[in-house]
Parts: sequence; structure tokens; C-alpha cells
Amino acid sequence: MRDTVTPLEAAIHLGHVSKVFGKPGTESAYRAVDGLDLDVRPGQMLALLGKTGCGKSTIFNMIAGLTEPTSGTVRVSGRDPFRDFDSFRGKMAIVFQSDRLLPWRTAIQNVELGLEMLEVPAADRRAAAQTWLTKLGLGGHENDYPHALSGGMRQRVSIARAFATNANILLCDEPFSALDESTAGRLRAEFVRLVKENGKTAVFITHSISEALEIGDRIVVLKRPAKIAYDVSFDADTGREERELIRSRIGEVLAV
Amino acid sequence: MSDAASQTVTSRENRLFAAAKRLGTSVLPFVVVILVWQFASLFFPRFLFPSLIDVFWRCIDIFSSGAMFGDVLATILRILAGLAGAFIVGGGLALLMVRSRAIDNFLSPILTLFQGIPALSWVVFAIIWFHGVEFRIFFIMVMTTLPAFTFQVLGALRAMSKDLMEMVFSFRPTRAKLFRVMIAPAILPDILTAWKVNLGNASRVVVVAELVGATGGVGYQLLQQQQLFDMAGALAWTLQLVFFVLIVQGALTLIENVAFRYRAVSERAI
Repeated sequence: MRDTVTPLEAAIHLGHVSKVFGKPGTESAYRAVDGLDLDVRPGQMLALLGKTGCGKSTIFNMIAGLTEPTSGTVRVSGRDPFRDFDSFRGKMAIVFQSDRLLPWRTAIQNVELGLEMLEVPAADRRAAAQTWLTKLGLGGHENDYPHALSGGMRQRVSIARAFATNANILLCDEPFSALDESTAGRLRAEFVRLVKENGKTAVFITHSISEALEIGDRIVVLKRPAKIAYDVSFDADTGREERELIRSRIGEVLAV
Repeated sequence: MSDAASQTVTSRENRLFAAAKRLGTSVLPFVVVILVWQFASLFFPRFLFPSLIDVFWRCIDIFSSGAMFGDVLATILRILAGLAGAFIVGGGLALLMVRSRAIDNFLSPILTLFQGIPALSWVVFAIIWFHGVEFRIFFIMVMTTLPAFTFQVLGALRAMSKDLMEMVFSFRPTRAKLFRVMIAPAILPDILTAWKVNLGNASRVVVVAELVGATGGVGYQLLQQQQLFDMAGALAWTLQLVFFVLIVQGALTLIENVAFRYRAVSERAI
């Protein structure tokens, strides 16, 4: 089942995007993304799946506006995230693979970071940060520095930091890969609930088939260099048998 | 006395003992130096090893005399002005160098060349080039500490975590906010270290600068003591600078303790 959405309707649009690192045409040039076409509709949770080194993070950085594509067009909410970088302030939030908390800030100060960029008054941002920390079960740890928190707690702070800005678009780069399975499972469930509740469009990068099936309502499998090898959408009504078929198909695609 | 109460008393005694031990360890080297000097003063002429009691009274004279304490303050202000100037210029150069490889390639060899020029040469150049005493000293202080400040700030800027920088960038900060929330806190530890290192260098250089170019200050006073062959006076004036360096180093350490309380402390020392 393939998702159909026109580029104009798409929250995120990648049109024939390529990314080459190094000088194109030389021996040192490395093509990470190769003519990728991808549209993500508003409110969709897309799981981007692929082997290590297939260009997932490069796609992620291009959507985030941190890297410019070598060719093709990237549009987020109709605008170029690299050239119109500042216009996305407060409209896009990222959860990274590692928590990336500022070590000199307490948990609550880290959550407030995005709100500071949006010039939210101090009292309001403190209240918002407190609300998100409490929602993520970190009440009582507001004034702890990152070094005093466990890996799972730190990643929850980084999720709170991303949600606190109330951005419409969430980008997640394997945010639970460094955690143990039970903590990752719990956080994944919390994450899916929060994304659904708040109607976000999310792109979730992973290399785990189970995680992709658990999180996404659409899975795109990438081959190397990044190009769509398999694209499937499903929903809560999708039966266990059908999910198993999807799982085995993804396995076959990844094995190639 | 109950067990709990006696345990509390024991733990308080242990803490007091540990604090006394720490204090003793840090004071002991000074006590040994003082005793050796005082012992030597019993056997050598006064102009070689004066009694430290004489030196103490000379220190009190300096503190209590407005004119003499003015000389100490003048030297302190010269050190601080020179360091501040070098820090501002060096910080600016480091920012330019980290932003542009071409500027880095151009400035790095020049700063390295400056590092090789002795402080005394800068004193000579300043006397030849400039007329004003204060500007001469300021110039000497800036030129002798500028390369170190620039390279230290440059190193700190380059050592900033790329991951954290990307994370902050993802929130689209303005330049001012990027500096306030990321760059300043990230480089602050190295800046304080740079100040500590350069403070020692500056306090040595300022004396040389004042010896030849000034009509006041600790360096000028040291020259007077040398002409009078007054070792007690020379020591007393030297101690003024030592006190100043110790006080500022202490203040910087205090700032470090407060500003870097976020750092995790391992129970196992290096």
C-alpha cells in the first residue's frame, strides 16, 4: 500500500534530491542520497528505515535545514529549510540519537531552550517546561544537571525539549537506540501517544524493523545510496497477519 | 550519649580533622620557605637575607601609605587593563580565525612570530615607538599576552561540541542567543584558565615594563630598592604583586567553583 500525496499538500517534500559529499565527479565524491522522491502528508508518522550508512541521517539533516542538497528540492511546509532557515524557528523540533543536553543547564533549563529562542516570557516558559517534564515523569528532577540523570531520563528531557516548543514537525534520529530495550519500549509508547495527541507530523529514523512497525503509520525502506526501496502505509486496524507480511517484506528488501 | 549522637560527634571530628589536614598541606610549603629564609637571616648580612619581620613591617608601610599603595594600585590597573585589552583583541581575532580559514592561515604565523619575541624586546620597541608612559606599558602588556589569549580562545572555540552546536542550531537561534546559550558557556572554562595563566605572565612582564619606562608602580619601586641595595624593600614590593596574583587566582577559582558546579565529579581521582 503506497501513500499518495501531492507535493503541494505535503508537509515535507523531497523532489529528486541528491546529496554528494566531496567534490562531485572526483574519486573522493560519495553519493549519500540518489534522486530521492518523498512526500510526507501533514499528521503522518513516517518511519525511515535502512541499513547503517544508507543516508538516513543525511536526509534528516536536509529536512532539518542543517545540510543543503547537491541537487533537487527540499520543502517543509512549502519552504526551503536550508535557505529559509530562520523562518522555521519554533516550527520544527528535533530529537537526536543522543540526548544532546547542554551540561551547564539543569533539566528544566534544557527544556526551556527552544522557548527562549521564541522569546517566550520567563514565567510562561518555566510553566511550559515544568508541564512537559511532569508529563514525561520527570517531576522532582527539574533542577538536576544532566550528569545526575540516567540515560533514559536524559532522553526524556530531550523529548520534552522538542515537544515544549509545540512545533508542528518533529524529526527524530534513532532517539531510543542507545537505551535498553525496556526503557526504549516505554519511551516509544509515550512518544507515539504524545505525537498522536498533539497532531504532529513526524519523521522517525530507525534501523529497527520492530521499532518502525511500532511507531510509524508509514514505513519507507531505503537502499544505499538513499533511494526508496519499499514504501508501505498502514494504520491501527492493520491486522497482525498483515503486519507480519510487511515485516517479512521489509526483511527481504533490507537483505538485498 | 546515644549511638547516633556519638556517631554525629565522630563524623564532625573527622570532617574537622580532614579540613585541618587540607589546610596544613597547603600551608606547609610556605611555612618551610619562611623558616628557611628566617634561619638564613640569622647568619647572612641584612642586605642579603633580611629578617622577615622587617619585610612584614615594610609591607605594612606600603599598605598604610597612600602614595606607596597608589603605586601598587597603578601596577594592578596596568595588569588588568593590559589583560583586558589582550583578551578583547585576542577573542575577536580568534572568532575571525574560527570563521575563516584564510584569516586563520594569515594570522596564525604572525601570532606565532609574536610569541617568539621576548618581553624585553617589546619594551624597547615601545620606548622607541611611543611617547606616553601608560600607552607604552599597555602596548607591552597587550603584545606579550595577545598570542596566548588568541590561541587559547581559538582552541576553546574549536573544541566546542559539534553535536551540541547542531542541537542549538536546530532551534534557529539568533547570533546573540547562540553566543549566550552555547558559545559563552562552552568556552568559559578555557577562558578562565587562559586568564589564570596570563595573569602570572602579565604580573612578570609589567614589572619589566615599569622598570624601564615608568615613574611609578611596583617595577619602578623595585628599581629604587635595587639602587638602595634594600632587600627588605625589594621583597616587600615583590610580595605586593604576589598577593595580588594570589587574590585574583583565588577569585577565579571561586568563580570556577560556582560556574562549573554542573560538572560530574568522579570519586576516583586521576
